[in-house]
Amino acid sequence: MKVLVAVKRVVDYNVKVRAKADGSDVDLNNVKMAINPFCEIAVEEAVRLKEAGVATEVIAVSVGEKSCQEQIRTAMALGADRGIQVETDAGVEPLVVAKLLKGVVDKEQPQLVILGKQSIDGDNNQTGQMLGALANMAQGTFASEVVVDGDKVNVTREVDGGLQTVSLNLPAIVTTDLRLNEPRYASLPNIMKAKKKQLDVYSPADLGVEVTSHLTQVKVEPPAERKAGVKVADVDELIDKLKNEAKVIS
Amino acid sequence: MSTLVIAEHDNGSLKGATLNTVAAAQAMGADIDILVAGANCGSVAEAAAAVAGVGKVLVADNAAYEHQLAENVSLLIAEVGAGYDNIVAPATPNCKNFMPRVAALLDVAQISEITSVESADTFQRPIYAGNVIATVQSSDAKKVITVRTTAYDAAPAEGGSATIEALDAVHDAGISSFVGEEVAVSDRPELTAAAVVISGGRGMQNGENFKLLDGIADKLGAAIGASRAAVDAGFVPNDMQVGQTGKIVAPDLYIAVGISGAIQHLAGMKDSKVIVAINKDEDAPIFQVADYGLVADLFDALPELESKL
Repeated sequence: MKVLVAVKRVVDYNVKVRAKADGSDVDLNNVKMAINPFCEIAVEEAVRLKEAGVATEVIAVSVGEKSCQEQIRTAMALGADRGIQVETDAGVEPLVVAKLLKGVVDKEQPQLVILGKQSIDGDNNQTGQMLGALANMAQGTFASEVVVDGDKVNVTREVDGGLQTVSLNLPAIVTTDLRLNEPRYASLPNIMKAKKKQLDVYSPADLGVEVTSHLTQVKVEPPAERKAGVKVADVDELIDKLKNEAKVIS
Repeated sequence: MSTLVIAEHDNGSLKGATLNTVAAAQAMGADIDILVAGANCGSVAEAAAAVAGVGKVLVADNAAYEHQLAENVSLLIAEVGAGYDNIVAPATPNCKNFMPRVAALLDVAQISEITSVESADTFQRPIYAGNVIATVQSSDAKKVITVRTTAYDAAPAEGGSATIEALDAVHDAGISSFVGEEVAVSDRPELTAAAVVISGGRGMQNGENFKLLDGIADKLGAAIGASRAAVDAGFVPNDMQVGQTGKIVAPDLYIAVGISGAIQHLAGMKDSKVIVAINKDEDAPIFQVADYGLVADLFDALPELESKL
């Protein structure tokens, strides 16, 4: 079966992002970019399905400016067979990304679509679920285990207080949580090979989707600072402060 | 203006997150109804009807909604929500699962995890793991919103007298089913509802050492959490994770043990009333947000703290 994996180009997770002084946007000048960590887990899961003989082909797709081809190449270096870029401006909203991915799903007819549960820039946690609704596919979000079984897939999900397992008819959507797997590193020979793999570019019009905007970012600002308190000398002083000053324990 | 609040519940009881969400809905200045979707969830509906400030409780009580499968519940909410200006739910794992589906069915954006209502169409929400607060304005006539519950005090659970109305609509998409669940049985309070939380980080060194937190948690009636570093290292399960990609907590007392204080963790706990940090590295960033910092080896400090509490 064919597996489609969505990947997003985001600021590297080690970078501490700041608001610009004028509050117009975050400052992304000369900042290191990378594949979104949850998307990396999605790629790894798809590649493992192929290695296990469950998947026959893994296609990596990204929506964004030409620069996101770098992250598609990264996905191919990790084991995806080919790539698709849907060329748009930066900052496309999740609903539109979901519509564009639906266009790719219609073209490619994958049995499984794997996405990260959220991207570490917008922190929206929406795209996979929206794609599920648009494509009328079942979804297993926040997955910690994925087991394909005939024409169904069992997904174990991270929920409040534990784990929940659901059975989904294929084709289905999976969004990844942290513990699903530990992504591999791309080897140099695989990075070289990835440069030669097929990468198709579509426009939103090719997929019959109009790029719309529903939200305007009015401003961005740093969060309210919490001021540092005091250092205590020992456990006794700590207990004393909590009892008599903060009055949070008795 | 009218707002539909989606109840968070387990068919037996109404969860506190619903009350914080009602408070956020009140900030939107609209009439508030609550939707309870579940199976044999009559007691939840009664609890929802008692919440102060609620006009009507709509109850969809059917086997199709028992486990609140996203495929089924989203169809119901999109149908019922058609008559409202705002559809609002707490940003719990459960509601995060189905709300974006509702938004897509209605062809509108979702505004995730709002922390402030600026006006009828403008909201604040944290982005980049809480490093930045964005103010966003929606042009959609109908708004689908999830609420970061720690940003709002709970609405009073008593004092209301809403009417309860049963809904006949049954939506079973027939493409997914519930197989089972493994819920950790614990006498401890739930992380997001606990008045005291004690969390361990990479400094705990391994999962076994998390037992050092048990005795203190027992004495304080605390829930036990962990940093993402501790989860990534495999010390403890992910449902204990406090942080931007885990649970957001705001207890009266938060004790961070062996946690350096990465922004991703701070985003999950910095609204706590009192923060205590225990770390042997005096330059750890966690001390910049801690009300009380103790520079000490946790393997000495924890047993001492437990014995002296």
